[in-house]
Amino acid sequence: MGALIVCTDLWKIYRLGDVEVQALRGVSLEIERGEFVAVIGASGSGKSTLMNILGCLDTPTRGRYWLDGQDVGSMGSDALAEIRNREIGFIFQNFNLIPRTSASENVQLPLFYRGASLREQRTLAAAALARVGLAGREHHYPAQLSGGQQQRVAIARALVSFPAILLADEPTGNLDTESSRDIMVTLARLNREDGLTVMVVTHEADIAAYAAREIVVKDGQIVSDRRKAPVHARGG
Amino acid sequence: MGAFILLTVLTAFRVLSRNRLRAGLTMLGIIIGVGAVIAMVSIGEGAKAAVRAQVASMGTNVIIILPGTTTVGGVRGGQGGAVTLTVADALDLKKKIPLLTETAWAKRDVMQIVYGNKNWNGPVNGVSPGYLTIRDWSYTSGGPITQADLDTAARVALIGQTVVENLYEVGEEPVGSTIRIKNVSFKVVGVLAPKGQSAQGSDQDDILFIPFTTAERKVLGTQFLGSVGALFAATDRPEDLPEAVTAVREVLRARHRLQPDQPDDFTIRTQVDIGRVQEGTGQTLTLMMFAVASISLLVGGIGIMNILLVSVTERTREIGVRMAVGAKRRHILIQFLIEAMTLSLFGGVLGIVFGILGARATTVVAGWPTIISVRSILVAFLFSLAVGLFFGLYPANKAARLNPIEALRYE
Repeated sequence: MGALIVCTDLWKIYRLGDVEVQALRGVSLEIERGEFVAVIGASGSGKSTLMNILGCLDTPTRGRYWLDGQDVGSMGSDALAEIRNREIGFIFQNFNLIPRTSASENVQLPLFYRGASLREQRTLAAAALARVGLAGREHHYPAQLSGGQQQRVAIARALVSFPAILLADEPTGNLDTESSRDIMVTLARLNREDGLTVMVVTHEADIAAYAAREIVVKDGQIVSDRRKAPVHARGG
Repeated sequence: MGAFILLTVLTAFRVLSRNRLRAGLTMLGIIIGVGAVIAMVSIGEGAKAAVRAQVASMGTNVIIILPGTTTVGGVRGGQGGAVTLTVADALDLKKKIPLLTETAWAKRDVMQIVYGNKNWNGPVNGVSPGYLTIRDWSYTSGGPITQADLDTAARVALIGQTVVENLYEVGEEPVGSTIRIKNVSFKVVGVLAPKGQSAQGSDQDDILFIPFTTAERKVLGTQFLGSVGALFAATDRPEDLPEAVTAVREVLRARHRLQPDQPDDFTIRTQVDIGRVQEGTGQTLTLMMFAVASISLLVGGIGIMNILLVSVTERTREIGVRMAVGAKRRHILIQFLIEAMTLSLFGGVLGIVFGILGARATTVVAGWPTIISVRSILVAFLFSLAVGLFFGLYPANKAARLNPIEALRYE
């Protein structure tokens, strides 16, 4: 079995009127199972485009992408939805919880689209919430939770379907320092203890510091890819 | 998929109950449309049933044959202007057409009826006994005119309720009393049970029957003995009417020695024909109401579409999230379709309730008969479902076609 993520020569070209925007210009990348990767880059560097493609929300203009041995570079929208549902857990900067819907129901969402029974949905959601330290908050609404707690609900939602990879897009962008540390410690712990593959997209060096591998993207290309020792994640 | 639908319905309920005022206003068009359909159809059905009952009261298996027109020197007489039908015609019809269970004949005129010191102008009908059977008259007291009365030209009379009310004191028993018509005294032998208004709106109880023979000889007079004002025939079953009508026409044409190029000198009518005209009027009214209600439903549907488009825009991010965690296009499509149908169905059910209440109120306030048909409820229900489906399709499709990346980024 090869690496979890293999992509070769990914290109993404947009057309904005007459202007051609090359968001990605030949990115090749391999990520093994159990890695904790940080993708760093300024805004407009192409890191979000890369994450959208790796997250199967978007397809490359050119190049191949295998996720867990499946060629997902050329799949249709329903097949991609299926892949997202089973293989990928998303964490967004602005949490993206569904308002006026309880924490548990937010977490259940991927299972709901998988067609799981209601009982299974509830049990797994409760377990996922417990893993991020929110046991007992199942029936709280997003508005009743702090930013850090909301992001942990989002992590639980990403975890609940036992995905192959967790993709976090600026997960601490809307959080204070304390909550940011909290979230990163949680992600590091999940990576360390459960062997979950985690990829964090960020522009902050101290967030990237939690990762064991740092990929720097600039102008649609990878300019640096190095392994390093992560900061010691205490309290995880 | 079952669990998915169920949970989506629950979600739809929750989403809609979050904004009750908006949902209520959106449903208003459907409520009014469905309510109007239910109420109007029930009023229409009630009217139709009333007509049908009246037609039935006159006999749905009855053929009426009226004398035709005559043309004398280019001057055309009106219907009944000629005396072309006779008692012999009636007897011959009975003999030659086995389908006919009974034939009868009658003639009438409005005359003064006198009892004691009171009088009343009412239609005096000379009839053969069969007429009473064909028209299905029954008696509150006394009994019918018999064949013996006809044979002997007996001076006996049957009177209707309206005549009783106008000539007798309350509680006075008419049977056995003597009334006078054109200075001929008649013994009242029976009082007719009330029939109410006819389909044409005339009072069927304002009536007096005497034997046909008595009428032509002593009261109404005649051009020649045996000429009648109208013939009546009855079949066993209403289904046999068309066949019987054809047979009657053939027999009469032969008896009257009409050449193939000559028109009938009589007119055949059935109660079904008369009822059909009345029902047709009701039907037109119902159709018009239905058209108005349909427009209301259309407007209601557009309201649903409008509010759903707003909802899709408001919830763009939510749609993006749902797609990101694995919702396929059809999941999103179904979610919004179910929301639309929940709105329209809920509106439909409320409309049905209001429609039934409206119909009841019409009966109580205006005294019109109404019939709430299960069919109209079913149709209204399905119609509102269809409205939701149809008008939900565009917004739902719009939601399902969103690009997940752009939806997630939507502010």
